[in-house]
Amino acid sequence: MASNPLTLFDKIWDAHVVTPEAAANPATLYIDLHLIHEVTSPQAFTVLRDRNLPVRRPDRTLATIDHSTPTLKDEDGAPLYVNAQAKTQVATLLANTAEHGVETHGWDSDNRGVVHVMGPELGATQPGMTIVCGDSHTSTHGAFGAIAFGIGTTQVGHVLATQCLLMRKPKTMAIELTGELVDGVTPKDVILAIIAEIGVGGGTGYALEYRGTVFEEMSMAGRMTVCNMSIEAGARCGLIAPDETTFDFLRGRPHSPEDFDAAVDQWRKLTTDEGATFDKIVRMDAATIRPMATYGTHPGMAAPIDAPIPNPANEADEKALSYMQVTAGQTMAGQRVDRVFIGSCTNARLEDMRAAANILSGRTVATSVRAIVVPGSESVKAAAEAEGLHEIIMASGAEWREPGCSMCIAMNGDKAAPGELVVSTSNRNFAGRQGPGARTVLASPETAAASAIAGVVTSVAGLAS
Amino acid sequence: MSNAPLTTLTSRTVVLPAENIDTDQIIPARFLTVTSRDGLGKHAFNDWRYAEDGSETDHELNGEAAKASQILVGGHNFGCGSSREHAPWALTDYGFRVVISSEIADIFRSNAVKNGLLPIVIEKGAHQWLLDHPGADVAVDLIRREVRLPGNGGTYRFDVDDFSAHCLIEGVDELGYLDGQVSAISDYEERLGK
Repeated sequence: MASNPLTLFDKIWDAHVVTPEAAANPATLYIDLHLIHEVTSPQAFTVLRDRNLPVRRPDRTLATIDHSTPTLKDEDGAPLYVNAQAKTQVATLLANTAEHGVETHGWDSDNRGVVHVMGPELGATQPGMTIVCGDSHTSTHGAFGAIAFGIGTTQVGHVLATQCLLMRKPKTMAIELTGELVDGVTPKDVILAIIAEIGVGGGTGYALEYRGTVFEEMSMAGRMTVCNMSIEAGARCGLIAPDETTFDFLRGRPHSPEDFDAAVDQWRKLTTDEGATFDKIVRMDAATIRPMATYGTHPGMAAPIDAPIPNPANEADEKALSYMQVTAGQTMAGQRVDRVFIGSCTNARLEDMRAAANILSGRTVATSVRAIVVPGSESVKAAAEAEGLHEIIMASGAEWREPGCSMCIAMNGDKAAPGELVVSTSNRNFAGRQGPGARTVLASPETAAASAIAGVVTSVAGLAS
Repeated sequence: MSNAPLTTLTSRTVVLPAENIDTDQIIPARFLTVTSRDGLGKHAFNDWRYAEDGSETDHELNGEAAKASQILVGGHNFGCGSSREHAPWALTDYGFRVVISSEIADIFRSNAVKNGLLPIVIEKGAHQWLLDHPGADVAVDLIRREVRLPGNGGTYRFDVDDFSAHCLIEGVDELGYLDGQVSAISDYEERLGK
């Protein structure tokens, strides 16, 4: 046992402290990688301009356009923006990053994509790093054994100007999953079950570490899906210790370290020491997890698809069920579906596209359902098309779109109509998130695809029967 | 960027008792295509305040009393979800200077402080009193770190870290402080070969 056993989080945090925290001041924390996009950066660049400050480390900054970008193009290949303001916002990002010499993956890049899909694909996301972005799903990058969390626009300005943030160290929470998953249970089901267990605010003030063989056996795509939704339990970041799966993923990517083996030697040290203490430990039995769907208006309101919707615990729950037009005792299975969205930083990687195509293959989307599949990046799109997945998806009647955040945040024009029920592979089912009055049911790509075929919410097992 | 200093204030409260009010409710995503931070107050809680045709609903936030209020009391776990700083921008532009709840989400809390909006996490009993007495005249004292409820409601301490309190009281932002650490940052980069 190490003489001073530390958690993985402690090790990474300690290695990035420029000035330690004290009663009078938070720690000054160094940031290794700053990801930026068009929505949360323009006001930060304005502050820089007002103060005549440069970007301190353009080489540690990486930009893309994803949130306001349309997923449809006109006949000439020009993006069909929802309005002039969205177009201006994208142009502003491109102008700002050009002015400050920041590597940017715009319309002309083969790597453009949802920021949390793109960073790992480029190998920019690496173990042991501190990574921030003006986007709460930055927690995704914790899948590589990095401290990664979302920040506000003022902090985007701080990092642009100083490459540092002022922060107090959060507490640590271990999520220990024992045992094995049963067949048909996906990483999305795992994280929905975890959030349902600890609650939508249960992780507030904590950094999560996901531990156990279930995570060790998970692919990087699966780990990213899990870490992505840490914020939906209130935790700014969630991480998984890097291992051979992580190293194999990163080998040979454009931003991976030149001396890769030397880097791996360092990365192997990034584990929680035996005997290290967490501020809190949550233990769950993996074998009890079933394919999940949400039934309310926050991600903690999730249950097995075939299980009865629980009785509301309070007025807020009652309101949520009323908004969703469901009642306690019903199951989500069988609820009529209007739309299906397969995409987002949670579930739009090649593995997710394959999972969806596998279910859609040889089947037809119900006539009452409009289904769209939005790959997470240009790279995912190209790889999926090389495998012919787009043909399978389109043959089923689903639409195959251009990469972007799309209906997850519904600010680019892709949205549902009031009252429509959307089975969505995204991360948030807040009231109105996918359009005013839209009802969102969060689920895995497998469940979303099965529901598109059935025209009602169903698990894959339910579709087969 | 500096904010108006905040020391003490007394105001009628606006109470939004729902738990888990997320930042998508505070400012829906379709209003995030802006490139400036100004003028978002008219869209604060947009989908609660306006009908589909754009007309005002009878929501309390459309009333003159709410518009004059500086203290928002929210249900447990206020500000969860998206990191959008547009949420505190919308609330401050609407007129709020203080948000009180029994729990406030981490990123929202951090964003609030940077915009002169004081996030107060208060004990459950006092929170319940506030939920039960919408429109009460409540005093907030950042110097003494106290919330004083009217009548026999009592006085309650709240925690705020010294640095955040300093920034709010003086109306200064953190960038100046960070800028003052440039040599320490350079030393760190050199030492670790970054």
